[in-house]
Amino acid sequence: MPRAATPRAATSLADRIVPKILFLCALVSVLATAGIVAVLAIESAALFSSIGLSSFFLDTQWTPLFTDKHYGIWPLAAGTLLTTAIALAVALPLGLFAAIYLSEIASKRARRILKPTLEVLAGIPTVVYGYFALTMITPALQRVVPGLAAFNALSAGITMGMMILPLVASLSDDALFAVPQSLREGAYALGASQRATVFRVVLPTAISGVGAAAILAVSRAIGETMIVAVAAGQQPRLTLDPRVPIETMTAYIVQVSLGDTPSGSLEYRTLFAVGAALFVITLGLNILAQRMRGRLAGRTL
Amino acid sequence: MTPGDRALRAASILSLALPLVVLATLVGAAVKAALPRLGWSFLTSFPSRFAEGAGILSALAGSAWLLVLTLAMAVPVGLGAALYLEEYAPPGRLTSLIELNIANLAGVPSIIHGLLGLEIFVRVFGLGRSLLAGAATLALLLLPMVIMTSREALRSVPLSLREASFALGADRWQTIRQVVLPMSMPGILTGVMLSLARAAGETAPLVMIGALTYVAFVPSGPMDAFTALPIQIFNWLSRPQAEFRANAAAAVVVLLVLMLSLNATAIWLRARLEKPVQ
Repeated sequence: MPRAATPRAATSLADRIVPKILFLCALVSVLATAGIVAVLAIESAALFSSIGLSSFFLDTQWTPLFTDKHYGIWPLAAGTLLTTAIALAVALPLGLFAAIYLSEIASKRARRILKPTLEVLAGIPTVVYGYFALTMITPALQRVVPGLAAFNALSAGITMGMMILPLVASLSDDALFAVPQSLREGAYALGASQRATVFRVVLPTAISGVGAAAILAVSRAIGETMIVAVAAGQQPRLTLDPRVPIETMTAYIVQVSLGDTPSGSLEYRTLFAVGAALFVITLGLNILAQRMRGRLAGRTL
Repeated sequence: MTPGDRALRAASILSLALPLVVLATLVGAAVKAALPRLGWSFLTSFPSRFAEGAGILSALAGSAWLLVLTLAMAVPVGLGAALYLEEYAPPGRLTSLIELNIANLAGVPSIIHGLLGLEIFVRVFGLGRSLLAGAATLALLLLPMVIMTSREALRSVPLSLREASFALGADRWQTIRQVVLPMSMPGILTGVMLSLARAAGETAPLVMIGALTYVAFVPSGPMDAFTALPIQIFNWLSRPQAEFRANAAAAVVVLLVLMLSLNATAIWLRARLEKPVQ
C-alpha cells in the first residue's frame, strides 16, 4: 500500500487521537464477525445438547414445527442443493459466454456501456426477482412442463440463475480481460482462429479467475433467500424432483421468523443451527474463491 | 472468419442478450400489471385487508427512516475504517486480519446478518422490533461495501498531493481533512449511493428481525415498529388472493424506480469523478 511518509513525529493532539478512533471503526467489522460466530455457535450448541448431533445429521425428516418433531437437516440440504444446481446450470454457461463477448468480441464502446448495465441488473432487489418467479416464470413454465406445481424448485432455480448471471459475467470478464494481449497476438500469429484462441489460450490462462467467479456463484445461490422464500414453497422434503414444492435452508429461516417463535425454544434454536450450517458452507466457498483469485493476481506472465 | 468463430460470436452475443431481453420483458410485464394500481392514492394510503384500497405510505416512510438511520451508522464507521486502513494502518498481522475479515464479511449471506440482528439488537440490547434494530442490522450488512468503495476512492488520490500538503507543514490529519477527503468525496458518495440502493432492496434481514408486515401508521421515532417497501412486497406476494398481486407489482415498480434513481446518481457521480486529477 503506497503511502506518503510521515512528515515529522506525530505530535499534534489530533494526530495522536484520530488514528485510535479510526482503528475502533475498523474493529467494528471484526466485532460483527465475532458476534455472528458467537451467536450461531451458542444457540446451535444449545440445540444440539438437547436433540443430539445424530438426529441433526442422520434423520431424514425436518419437522421441528410439528408435534412429531424431527431434526434431520437433509431435506433442507436437498432443497438448497436442487435450487443451487438449477441456478448454476443457467448462470454458469450464459455468464461465461457473456463474459467472452464482453472481453474478447465487443468493441471498447459496447463494453463500456454493457458492463455497467450488467452491474445495475445485479442490483435489482431479490424480492423483485421473487415476484418475477412466482407471477411470471412459473405460469410460463407450467405451459411447457407437465405437473409443475405453483411452488417449485425449477422456477425458483431458473430465476436465481438469472439473478446470479451478471455476477458471473462481470467477474469472469475481469479475469479474461486481465489476460495479456501478447498471448492472444501469439496465438493469432500461429494462425489460430478466434475460437481456438479463446478456448485454448485465453480461458486456460484465466481459469482460476473464472473458477473463483463460479465458486462465488455457488455461495450466492446457497445463501439467496427471497427468491426461494417466495417461489419454491415451504415443504421440506428429500427429493430431487424440480417440479414439486421444496424448502431450502434460507426459506426455512424466513418461515420460522415470520411466526412468533419465543426465544430459547427449540424452534428458535433451529434457526441458528441452520444458519450455522449456511455460514460454514458459504464461508468455506468464499475463502476458496479468494484463494483462487489471489493465485491469479500473484502470477506474473 | 471460420465457422467456429461465427458460432462463438453467435453464442456469446446470445448469452448476453438473452438475459437482458428476458429481464426487460419481465419489467415491462410488471409495469403493465402495476398500471391499474399505480397512482397518488397508492403512495398515500396505508396497507389494508382490501387490495383496492391498500397503499404503501407506511412502507415508504419506513424505508425512508431506515435508509437515513442506516446511513448515519454505516457511513461514519465505514469511512473511518477505510481511512484507518488506507492512511494509518501499519502493515502487519492485525491489519491483514482486519482486511481478510472485511472481505469475508462481505460474502456472508444477508439472512445471517438477520440472525445476528435478531439475537443481538432485538433481544440482547432490547431494542425490540424497532427501526433502530433494523437500521443497525442493515448498517453491519453494508459496512464492508462502504469500506471497500471508500478505500478505492481514497486510493485514487495521488500520493504527490499528500506529499505537497506535508511539505507545507500540515500534519497527517490536516492532510486527510483538507486534501484527501475533499478530493475523494465523489468516489465516496458513489459508494454511499450504491450502498443505499442495496439497503433499499434488502428484505431477508428485515424479515428476520421481525419487521411488521401490517403497519397502519407512519413511524415517528427510531424506536417505533415499522415496515419497509421490500417487506410490503413480500407480504403481498405471500397472500393467496390474486388481487394483491397487482399491489405487489405496483410496489415493485416503485422500488425499481427508487433503485434506478439511486444507481443513476451513482453513475453520474462516477462520471464527475473521472475528470482527471493532475
